[in-house]
This record gives sequence, structure tokens and C-alpha cells, in this order.
Amino acid sequence: MSDGGGSATEFALADDVLTSFGRSPTSRRAFIKGVIASGAAVPATSFIFRGHGVPAAYAQTSGAVERLVTLNVNGRDRRVDVLPQETLSTTLRYKLGLIGTKLGCDHGECGACTVLVDDLAVYSCSTLTHGVRGRKITTIEGLEGPNGELHKVQAAFVEELGPQCGFCTVGQVMSAVALLKANPKPTVEEARLAMSGNLCRCGAYDHYLRGVMRAAREA
Amino acid sequence: MAYKLIGKNFTPHDVVAKVTGKAKYAEDFRAEGMVFCKLLSSPMPHARVRNIDAAEALKMPGVLGVLTADDVPQFPPPQPPILAKEEVFYVGEPILALAAEDETIAADALEKVKLDLEQLPHVLDPLDSLYPGGPNARSNGNVAAAQINLQTVKWDAGDFADDKTLPKGKPAEQWTYGDLDAGFKAAKVIVEESFVTAGYSHHSMEPRSAMAYWQGGKCILYGSNQSHTAAVPNIARLIGIEPKDLVLVAENCGGGFGSKIPGYPIMAVPALMAKKLGRPVMMRITRIEEYAIGSARPTFQGYAKLGFREDGRMTAADLYIVHENGPHIGGGDFRSAGNALSILYQPLAMRWRAIPVLTNTPPRGPQRGPGENQLVPAIEPMIDKAARQLGIDRVAIRKINAPDAAGKIGSDQGPVTSAFMKEALDQGAQLFNWEEKKKLSGQRTGNKVIGIGVGQGYHNAGTNGFDGLLRITPDGKLHVHSGVGNLGTFSHSATSRVAAEFLNYNWNNVIIERGNSRLGLPWNSVQAGSLTSSTQSRTNYVAALDAKQKLFEIAAQMLGGAPEDYDLGDERVVLKSDPSKSISFAQAAQKAIELAGKYSGQTVPDDINPLTKDAVQIIAGTGLIGVAKDTLPRNGGVPGLTVTFAEIELDVETGKFKILDMATVADCGTVIHPQGLAHQLRGGNVMGIGLARLERHVYDSKLGLPAAALLYQAKPPSYLDVPAEIRVGAVDKPDPQNPVGVKGVGEPPQGSGAAAITTAISDALGGHLFNRTPVSTDMIVNHLAGRTQSHKPLQINSV
Repeated sequence: MSDGGGSATEFALADDVLTSFGRSPTSRRAFIKGVIASGAAVPATSFIFRGHGVPAAYAQTSGAVERLVTLNVNGRDRRVDVLPQETLSTTLRYKLGLIGTKLGCDHGECGACTVLVDDLAVYSCSTLTHGVRGRKITTIEGLEGPNGELHKVQAAFVEELGPQCGFCTVGQVMSAVALLKANPKPTVEEARLAMSGNLCRCGAYDHYLRGVMRAAREA
Repeated sequence: MAYKLIGKNFTPHDVVAKVTGKAKYAEDFRAEGMVFCKLLSSPMPHARVRNIDAAEALKMPGVLGVLTADDVPQFPPPQPPILAKEEVFYVGEPILALAAEDETIAADALEKVKLDLEQLPHVLDPLDSLYPGGPNARSNGNVAAAQINLQTVKWDAGDFADDKTLPKGKPAEQWTYGDLDAGFKAAKVIVEESFVTAGYSHHSMEPRSAMAYWQGGKCILYGSNQSHTAAVPNIARLIGIEPKDLVLVAENCGGGFGSKIPGYPIMAVPALMAKKLGRPVMMRITRIEEYAIGSARPTFQGYAKLGFREDGRMTAADLYIVHENGPHIGGGDFRSAGNALSILYQPLAMRWRAIPVLTNTPPRGPQRGPGENQLVPAIEPMIDKAARQLGIDRVAIRKINAPDAAGKIGSDQGPVTSAFMKEALDQGAQLFNWEEKKKLSGQRTGNKVIGIGVGQGYHNAGTNGFDGLLRITPDGKLHVHSGVGNLGTFSHSATSRVAAEFLNYNWNNVIIERGNSRLGLPWNSVQAGSLTSSTQSRTNYVAALDAKQKLFEIAAQMLGGAPEDYDLGDERVVLKSDPSKSISFAQAAQKAIELAGKYSGQTVPDDINPLTKDAVQIIAGTGLIGVAKDTLPRNGGVPGLTVTFAEIELDVETGKFKILDMATVADCGTVIHPQGLAHQLRGGNVMGIGLARLERHVYDSKLGLPAAALLYQAKPPSYLDVPAEIRVGAVDKPDPQNPVGVKGVGEPPQGSGAAAITTAISDALGGHLFNRTPVSTDMIVNHLAGRTQSHKPLQINSV
């Protein structure tokens, strides 16, 4: 459980906070340096992303070398070129077109990007694609039955009106599916713990939990 | 009144898409030839921009162009700029946008931009800025808000004599009603406290990414926005085009909470970049950028003095709010806080004073219950203090002050359309089992002590004057055109059922047209301010009445007789005197197309908004059009009201507490969608828990850098911070000034939930008032150990 905060008046600034602003320096010391000699530049490498038509010369100089790999996604083998540092969420969303998986933070904090790897829930924003070759990857697009019938978790989330804005919903569904695979009859307390890696800013927790328990009942 | 649809649960049309991942958010759209832009933002809290040199970046292969302030429309300060021009006012303020073939190139190219900034003094605490000689957040002023011009205000050093009491220098605004001195003289008990409520980020789950391209002179913008049509004029203004030239696509909005009401400046960047490059441009916003530009709730440093008669009636209230407004025009929370106090407690006399002060922190704007929801978690423990001193039950003191139909609001003591707060308190007390639970108050088992809390919430929850638009097509379907937006409350669907109800439609024959300007969306309210339920039920009602009249006129033309001779059957128009004579809605729609004119949208009422006229033009000739402006009378504010009860178990050794029970009851008029209402009440309380115990800005005061920007630092509530179940109920008494009696209620439960927690903490600690949100565990431990708190009494941005 989160508590109300630390106790020190002097607060050590987390490096990652400073790293990510604009083209920001990486530490308090670097910040001070930046103030003195404005224009200091340290690379910020969040959100690696390869779009259309990357100039070949640039790809060579930046050291970005893609390798063709085979991924098992939703029961199908998919051939895809993957960078060494590429995250699974990037591969799924931007190379395989599986946009059901959402990116809420890209920092492993919110759970919107949750997918299953060998039936375990993982944050795809914090999973390297090269690390899941040969594993069974399931995304939201792989849950529905052959005739489009909803997975029992999805049906229960509709029944209990699980989502509000819906942006975290896909991650909530995937975490619930992983839970019920491992523990088909969880208690509410077990469900709460299992789902606790998925933030919902709308505060729809109560409704999602009702959905999880309904799906467990109706299994 | 017995309804067929209203008051019943249903499956909103967008929920299946949300659970299957098919619901599309702004960043899920792609366009042929799409390129990417990234932002260069300020690493300093306050600086002068001496020079920006992008020459080297522009030479890199794959780099397509940059935008700076010189390339985008300018607005008079302190309106927020799209890109900062001569001065940057907070860490993370966008200065330049750069487009490239992909994001990696864009990120690398940003490293090559030479940004020359001259650091200026920054300020993070309004009281530091108001102190004589204190720093200003802007080089030309430190006080501003909507309707308050940018100016420099410094108070006298003498105002700051006591560091425990809020200094109260000259306010920027004030009002008074009644005789304040007489009110305090008549009081048996006076409670007087200074308080701090922390500012904190909205942190909507969907970062505000956007994609845009241009086609046939129009800008097609895929954005994340909680309102739809109401945002079009403002977004068009930001881009520098006419509203008719903007096609807004906003099918789903991944959370807004007030931060995406009329659009926002950064949306203009991909639009303007796309125009410059002649290619579609995607701008993905990161979580850390979302912290900086995604809005935040204003901090309050406040003071309240409340007088109570022997019977608990509030005789006088004196409120002063110093409102931390960020660097730009900010929010109006300070004003709504005054109104909230006046309506919730109906003081016989009241004075409100306030000043909005600028700081070098993220821009502020409305967040769920702006002003109201900071106020109540601070004031409600003071109400309890008075109740304890007077020996009155804590629910009873709220009931004696609660508004009813004769309730008054604000400086002019205007009327309300309805108020059933006393009933809500009674029903809530019953749902929570107050009489039994209050006996547990202060009971200690080992190191655990029980606290029982009760809090109230309010927001003005309805307005009028917008347009309704619907269409019956020759296939017999009813299309309700909704321009209100999709914030995730499902109220676009719940209020569309009002049109279906009055046209006697089967719900499975109703299609909701929304999310894309090209569908023909009428001028509707913003989806904000708890307005949708009340306001959209009015517009859909008047559009349904218009369609109904046209159905009768068409039937009369086809079957003879006068329009008054007809009635509505099951999706048919039926002759009252001979029910065997009837036409189907499908036939009427076909006839409407043949008749054209007003029946099929070729002519429209004069009084509807130009944007509605444009919308009708899109769908003219495709069916029977019902279109009308809501001119129904409304006399008074429309109060949405809630009460929340909470039971907590507080560990006196660790300072942690667990919420054992939480129950909320709403006065939101008629309940039109029970499941949707329950969702809002529970979600609101969850955000209230965040406000009361977790969320706050933290800043390094020396460098002005944020230290609680990411989610794990900002601490929005998780599953484990809230009870597994929050019980809900509603008074369900109709508001007489709405066609179906509904009032909105999205915002109040956050305030009542937060106040239920702060009062429960106070109760567990024998009536101690922290006068601060969030109440952190170390504050509780420090208090119990008799230690000085680690923050100064009025300090803000503390850990």
C-alpha cells in the first residue's frame, strides 16, 4: 500500500525525473552545469521508435541494427524486424499493428500495456522483444473466440460496467485473465492484490473487481 | 413518472470496444506518410529565452522541420502559449517542436538544438511571491486569473507576522452578504483555522498525444479531448482557422478530469507542423511531458473562521483563499470554493476573499470539483470541531445547515433548482449505519484505533442554452447526434435515452453519432462541470419534441386530419381515433426526405448555433431531422450534492490507516442510469482518497525542479489504497426544472470522499485537526509522537 509520503524535508531528486524533461540533463549536478553553461546536451533515449522511410545512412550511423525474429503472438508466428533495445509494446503497437495494447507511462508504472507471456501478466513497455522469442505472447486481440465471442473476463467487465474512460481497461482485462489462469477461484483480496499493478485514474477499481469475481463465478 | 428507459441499466454502445481494445484513442490513428514530432521543453523553472539555434539539427538526415513561437499563433499573456516565446515559466514548458521521419531521429535531432536560456528568479509558493520584495513568476507580474488582469501585488511585511496563520493582505476579489460581525457575535462557538490543500497533477491515463493532417483546406485533428463541439471554436482559434475548417476526431478520451475541456495549446502543434510540412504529423506525448503540460489542481493556502449558534446553525463564515495558479491564466477554484461554502452550510452571513498568485509550476486548470473539492476536506473537520464543542451529533450539525429547495448560493444569494441534502444525509446515515458506527469512534484495540468520518460535496451541475439534434432515417433507426464528448462517464448514452424515451423508441434501434465532426454534431455543452446529465437531457428532450411534432405533421399530411389527432405508438405514428391507421417512423422519414424543408434539415430554426447549422447541413436530406435550441426555463443553480461516510482503522505506531468501510449517497435528482451513477460515485471517492491521503506536488525549492512527477511519486490511488467495495445510494427525487428531473454529480463525490477521510482521521485522533491535505503517514506519526511536523505550517510542495 502506498503511504502518505516520506519524512525528510530535504528530498533527493530522482534522476529519472530530471532525465526526461526536454533534452534534459541526467542529474542534479548536470542540471547545475546546464544552468551555468546553458546548452549542455546529454542524450535522452526514451521512446525509441522507428517510423516509415528511415534514411539508410542514418540507420547505419546511429548503430540501430534490426534483426528478423519470429514471435508467437496470439497463436500465430509473426516475422518482424526488431532492434536490440526494442520493447515488446513497441513491436506490438507499431510493427504488428496490435494497437489494443496501450501505453500509459512507458515506465513500468501504470499497467496499461499489460500482455501475457506464457500466460503470465507482464508490462510490455518494460519487456524486451528479443527476450520473448519462442514464448507464447497473448494480447487483447487474442482473447476473443473464433466467432468474436467475448472472453469471460471481457463479458463480465461489460456486465459490471468495468471501464470508465477505458484507457487502462485492456491492461485490466489482461491482468484479470492471467489471474484466473493461475487461480480460477480467487478471493476478493487475492484479486485485489493480483490487479494492483494496474492503475485506473477514473477509480473504477470496484467495478473491475466485481468483473473479476463475476468471471470467476461464471467460469 | 414511469419511464421505459430512464432509470434502468443498459449496455452503453462504447463499452464492448473498450474491453476488446477496439476503442481508438488519438494515438491509435495512422495516416499515409505520417511523420513524427517531438518537443523541446524548458529544463528551468523560469528563464529568458535568449536564442534558439536549430540549424545543426535541421541538417540531419531525416529531419523535416521545426516550429518555434514565431511560427504559431500568439495570444495575449497570461493566456498559455502554444510554444514559449521570450520567457519560459515552468520546467517542462514546450519551446520548440521538431519533426522527423521517425521519433528516434527527432529525439537525436533535439540534442543538436542550441537553446540559450538566461535563468530568472523563480517562485513556488504564493506567500513567497506576495512577501515584499519576493520573486514574481513572470517578469511582469505575480497575480492573474480569468477576469483578473496580470499585475504585481506585494503585501506588507506586517501581514506575515504569524507563520501559523494565513497572512491576509489585500485580496484580488471579495464579496460579502449579511452582517458578518453580528453573525460572529451571535455565535456560541467560533472555529478559526488556517489550512493548506496540496496541488497535484491530473495525470490522465492517456497522455495527450495528437495527430493531424490537412485535406481540402480543412484540418483533420485526432485528439484526446473530453468535450467535442464545445472545444471546436477554441482549438480552431489555437490553430488559427475558422471553426468550420476543423474536423475534430475524438472518439474516446483516456481521462481528462478537467484537463481537456475546451482543447489545449499543445494540440495545435501537430496541426501547424502538418500544415508546414504538407504531411500528416503524429505527436506522441510522454508521461513526464503529460505531468508538465497536463494541468494540475491549484494549491490552496486558506483561512476560515466559522461561527455557530448553540443549535449548530452557522451564523457567520469568513473565508480567505490564496490560490496557487501556476504561471498562466490558470483556474477559478478560488471563486467556486466560496460558492461551495455558501451553499453547503447556508451561513447567515459570509465574507469571501481570495487572490490567485502565479508560480513557476505546471499550468493549473480545473480538476474534478475545482475549488469545491479542496475546500470541503479542510472545512468539514472544522464543522466536527464545532459539533464536539457544542455537544451536537456530527450528522445533525450538517443537517441543520444543509440546503433544501429554499437554499441560497453565493454572493447574490441566488436560488437553487432543488436540493435534497438533508435527505441525502439521512439516507447516507442509514446506509452506513451511522448510529451504531459512531459508537466505535476512538475505540482502540492494541495499536489500532477507529475513526468515523462524514463529508459533504457539491458542484453546480447543470446549465442550458445548447442545441439538440437527432435524425430518423428511412430504415427506421433513430440517430442521436451527440456533440458533448466521451469522457468515459457513459452519459452521452444515458442522456441519448431521453430522446428515445420521449419518441417511444426501442433502445436497440437507436444509434449514437459522436466522436467525429464529420458526422454532424450539434453545439452541445462542454463535457465537464458535472453538466452532461442535466444539460444533454434538456437538449435531447427538445430535439425529441421537435421530431415528434414533425412526425405528427407528416402523418396528418399522409393520412389526413390534424397533427393533434395523432399519438406515438411502437415506433409508429398512430391516429388516436382509429389506431388501425398509422405510419411507421421509417415511412415518415422517407416522407420527410420528399418534403424537404424543415422536415429534412434544408431549413433550420434561426436560434440554433452556427455550428449546429453546419451539422444539420451535413445530414440534411437523409431523414427526418429533429433540431431545437434548449429554451426551457431554468431559474437557479443546479446543485449536485453528495455525502460520504467512512470508517478507518488507524495504526498509532506506523501512522498508516486502512479504510474499512465507505458509503456515499447522492442528490442528483432522478437517477437516469444507476450503474453509471454508481461508477461516478465510486470513482469520485477513489480520487477523494487520493486527494486526502496521497497526492501532492513536491518541488525542490532551491532549483525549482519537480520531484513528484512520475506516477509512483505522484501516487494516484491504486487498488490497495482504496476499499474493495464502496457502497452507494441516491435520494432519487426529481429536480423540477429538468424534463426528466436529473442533475449531474460527477464531481461532488471526490470532495465528500476526501472530507470523509480527513474527518475520520481527525476522529481517530480525538479531534485533532491537521488542516492539510494530503494527510501523510509521517504527519500522523509526528503528531502522535508529539514531534514538530517536518513542514512549516503554511508550506506547500512539501513531501
